[in-house]
Amino acid sequence: MIKNILKKENYNQNLNSRYTKGKLYFTVFFTALMIAIIGLAILLFQIISQGTEMLSWTFVSSYPSRFPEKAGILSALVGSIWLMGLTGIFAVPLGIGTAVYLEEYAPKNKFTQFLEINISNLAGVPSIVYGLLGLAVFVGALNMGRTLIAGALTMALLVMPIVILASREAIKQVPYSHREAAYALGATRWEVVRSVVLPSAIPGIMTGAILSMSRAVGEAAPVLAVSALVYLTFVPTDPFDRFTVMPIQIYNWVSRPQDGFRELAASGIILLLVLLLSMNSIAIYIRSKYQNKSEE
Amino acid sequence: MVTDEYILSSDNLNVYYGNFQALANVSIKIKPNIVTALIGPSGCGKSTLLRCFNRMNDLIPIFSLDGSIKYKSQELYDDTTDATNIRSQIGMVFQKPNPFPKSIYDNVAFGLKINGYTGNYDEAIENSLRRAALWEEVKDRLNKSAIGLSGGQQQRLCIARALAVNPEVLLMDEPASALDPIGTLAIEELIRELAGSVTIVIVTHNMQQAARVSDETAFLMVNDNRAGYLVEHDYTDKIFTNPSEERTEAYITGRFS
Amino acid sequence: MENRIRSDYTKSLQDLQDGLLILGSMVEKAIHKSMQSLKERDLQLAQTVIAEDDLIDQKRFELENTAVTLLATQSPMAADLRLIISALHIAVELERMGDYAEGIARISQTIGEQPTLKPLIDLPKMTELATTMLHKSLTAYTNRDKELAIDVCKSDDAVDSLYSDVYHELVGIMIEDPDTVQRATYLLWVSHDVERIADRATNIAERVIYLVTGELSEIDISTY
Repeated sequence: MIKNILKKENYNQNLNSRYTKGKLYFTVFFTALMIAIIGLAILLFQIISQGTEMLSWTFVSSYPSRFPEKAGILSALVGSIWLMGLTGIFAVPLGIGTAVYLEEYAPKNKFTQFLEINISNLAGVPSIVYGLLGLAVFVGALNMGRTLIAGALTMALLVMPIVILASREAIKQVPYSHREAAYALGATRWEVVRSVVLPSAIPGIMTGAILSMSRAVGEAAPVLAVSALVYLTFVPTDPFDRFTVMPIQIYNWVSRPQDGFRELAASGIILLLVLLLSMNSIAIYIRSKYQNKSEE
Repeated sequence: MVTDEYILSSDNLNVYYGNFQALANVSIKIKPNIVTALIGPSGCGKSTLLRCFNRMNDLIPIFSLDGSIKYKSQELYDDTTDATNIRSQIGMVFQKPNPFPKSIYDNVAFGLKINGYTGNYDEAIENSLRRAALWEEVKDRLNKSAIGLSGGQQQRLCIARALAVNPEVLLMDEPASALDPIGTLAIEELIRELAGSVTIVIVTHNMQQAARVSDETAFLMVNDNRAGYLVEHDYTDKIFTNPSEERTEAYITGRFS
Repeated sequence: MENRIRSDYTKSLQDLQDGLLILGSMVEKAIHKSMQSLKERDLQLAQTVIAEDDLIDQKRFELENTAVTLLATQSPMAADLRLIISALHIAVELERMGDYAEGIARISQTIGEQPTLKPLIDLPKMTELATTMLHKSLTAYTNRDKELAIDVCKSDDAVDSLYSDVYHELVGIMIEDPDTVQRATYLLWVSHDVERIADRATNIAERVIYLVTGELSEIDISTY
């Protein structure tokens, strides 16, 4: 037997100072959280106190005007919804397809690795760069004009990395053991993807898709480059119409000197926030609903 | 050699993962409709051998093999042999219960659907659940999620799911290692009951389990290059009372270094 | 589900117990036959007993194998473990009893065509008592009956007392007429064999008590 040379008197537990240290760090982290929350609260308070007065049905259902009291956000709101829908149509299937390919089919080689790194990098590229790209490629080279479709394609490029990354993450979450189980029952690769991987990954994919849509709604820079249109007194009715979106309209109002437009801007921000928050809520709802279901 | 006498047989099988040799010159013959246990220390390649039988190793890109491995008289790794087809005849149950996050019914129906079963689904599902000794426990909640079942029930569901495809062979990779003693007993009992109607090959770390459930036992060990090889394959009674090889004796008596 | 658990194992345990009872009845018959052959001078019957002892030996090895396999493969515990250990002991006892029967049969053959020294009265009575003890001890085993087992141990006294009577009687005869020494000694051996049979029936009964209570003890009620 090996002799125990450790002695009681060589230990100094010093519990008090260890607990004090713990309390100190708790205070630091809690303060960090409170600073963020207070900042956000001040911002919200200011916007709400400025914007609620002008917020009315007239505001939602009117076109922009030179007179603040007559001005509304209708064309930008409809433009945003169009843009969001079209972006979704382009970005979501492409993004999911790419993710499924990368996760389930792609051989693990240098080329795949190269693709993966670049997709991650694309998610970090500033949005104005996409705007300029869209302007050059879709508006210019492909001669689409400053239309909704050009804007949506540009926006799809912007949000696709988000869809891809979220979908890949969701697909990765599907346990390998489920795939094994399906293969062992004589399933083909496609059957494994369709019947095992996608059903389990759908909540995560949907969440990613919705979050990418809300990103699209909130972006101003790419649309500014592609559309360059601020003052629009009609509602786009097909993808080849010209358009504007809410962030641009808000930006325009903020930059006007009159107080009335400032208040309009605040109202626009409230509307935009409501739109974004409700989309995020849907994402959270979908996620929690499927989580509960699988834990039942 | 009469190939029909054995349902699975390997001859001088060598398996590699990249440059690493996992199995060396394994020649083993598995008789139909009995339980054969594969035992041996960790890393002796018993799971690898098991996964050769239904070509699950194909999913690992760096896997390769030489030598012969046959299902009845069919060469398993021939270019003309279809892995998907093989897997529908040779089912597998895994270490951790892995039911799909679907209803109990849909779990069992999965294999039926992909294999294009044209008979009565309700009947087939009830039969499979009964064979897996699970029917009485789940008949009132077939549409509930399989995730709500206990670990032992989940594993029996996985067995029912595998049986639904009507396989001739069931490969089991440590099927009870993640279960509590009661769940383990139920699985062992089930294995005994299934023997006779389906060929079972079971990998287990638990020697007593191998002794309890199997008719024949194969003992694998690792050589100096860490590749697994077959030491002895005999009747279970023989292996556990009077093994022919000293290495087997040392292992089963716990005097293994 | 309860009754399904380890049904194979349960069946093997039952087979072991059944095998033991079969062995028991084989031995019982052998004892009866050997005594009958001695009493009725039936040399053919003696030959049968000697031949059939091989079957008894075989059966014992068969049971021992079953027990060892169960131990090796089923990791039996508690009552199951005691059952198997007891069965191993009892099989040995039974096989030895079979050997005594064979011994009696051989003495019967050695005596040959000539009549026994005296009409056999006490020996068949002893045999009857001993086989009853054997029978009861096996019944006690089957029924896990501790009381009956103790009863068996108690009846050993009667056999011992008869043995003592026979012993003194035969010694008396030998002193009176030294010419009878050889023939009297044959009968002395027989009586000793029967006494040993009864002792081994007692051993079986002790095993039954162990099986039921889990306690190993020598049941010593003998007045000797």
